Amino acid sequence: MGMHVEHELHKRRSGRNIGLGLVLAAFVAIVFGLSLVKVTQGGLGPKPQASQGASN
Amino acid sequence: MSDASINTQVNGGEAGFRDYFALLKPRVMSLVVFTAAVGLLAAPGGVHPFVAFCAVLFIAVGGGASGALNMWWDADIDQVMKRTTSRPIPSGKVTGQEALAIGLTLSVFACVMLWLATNIVAGALLAFTIFFYAVVYTIWLKRWTPQNIVIGGAAGAFPPMIGWAAVTGGVSVESVLMFMLIFMWTPPHFWALALFMNSDYEKAGVPMLTVTHGRRVTRNHILVYTILLAPLAIGTAFTSIGGPIYLTVSVILNVLFLLGALKLWRRNEDQAQVDKYRLEKSFFGLSLMYLFLHFGAILAEAALKPYGLGGW
Repeated sequence: MGMHVEHELHKRRSGRNIGLGLVLAAFVAIVFGLSLVKVTQGGLGPKPQASQGASN
Repeated sequence: MSDASINTQVNGGEAGFRDYFALLKPRVMSLVVFTAAVGLLAAPGGVHPFVAFCAVLFIAVGGGASGALNMWWDADIDQVMKRTTSRPIPSGKVTGQEALAIGLTLSVFACVMLWLATNIVAGALLAFTIFFYAVVYTIWLKRWTPQNIVIGGAAGAFPPMIGWAAVTGGVSVESVLMFMLIFMWTPPHFWALALFMNSDYEKAGVPMLTVTHGRRVTRNHILVYTILLAPLAIGTAFTSIGGPIYLTVSVILNVLFLLGALKLWRRNEDQAQVDKYRLEKSFFGLSLMYLFLHFGAILAEAALKPYGLGGW
């Protein structure tokens, strides 16, 4: 006779793990996307001043 | 206690993902998302679409976090009120400590991330909103004064202001007007609900105006707030976020809202009980449409501006 499995409990636990995994993956994607946007738009801190030599 | 009643509740820590998500009050969150998005899209300048998406997301998470803190503090009254007994804590799916931990963690996370994604003004405004809802409204005012709804309404009024600040880095007349629109709309909206949900608040001992001062006074208050709201809502049409579309929508909605409030004011309890609070329920439904369509009109003006159609 097979062991009785508490379906509801396991289903809940696995749903929680999958949900948390997806949230963490989304967070990584958001941080990556934000970094990309900030870098390409120069949004990370003040823009560097043009050097004297470059303006000549 | 019979044997059958033992272990019928799910222990905290074994809740499903959906139960934790329910802590964030998804329905309230949808209003936060919508008004914050409108504030952000109506603001002059604009931000990168991905930054805009993240800003609205973090504002929503912040709103959800304050919802979790609210559920943690109000678990005792949620257990008494019919409308809230199925919430995660009173139903035994999530423990109060878990809700507190989730609420605090997400609060810090949302504010810091919004600051990093946009600017410090938006992050600080979100932090203040969470503090206002969780501490000033939930912990302090809700069980103390019948004006809880009025002052607590400010917490729900901040999201468009935060959305605006995420783009502009500041506060302006337009963002204050969007704040005022929700702030003044909240009392008639919730008091209409309280008129037909009175027994729930009474049971929980929440000093709702209907409980402390009676329904007659509540009807008077609904009318006064609706009268005060009208010029404010219509006046917004003449700022940079308004325009002919907004003006038309606002005039129609305010006439309907004023007529609705007037009808409620003229009624007494006997009349209301005869038709099972039909007018009160329809006024509550109208109030939802009122806010949705006002912000929808602001959004329409902003969306049409690039084509030379929106605004004055």
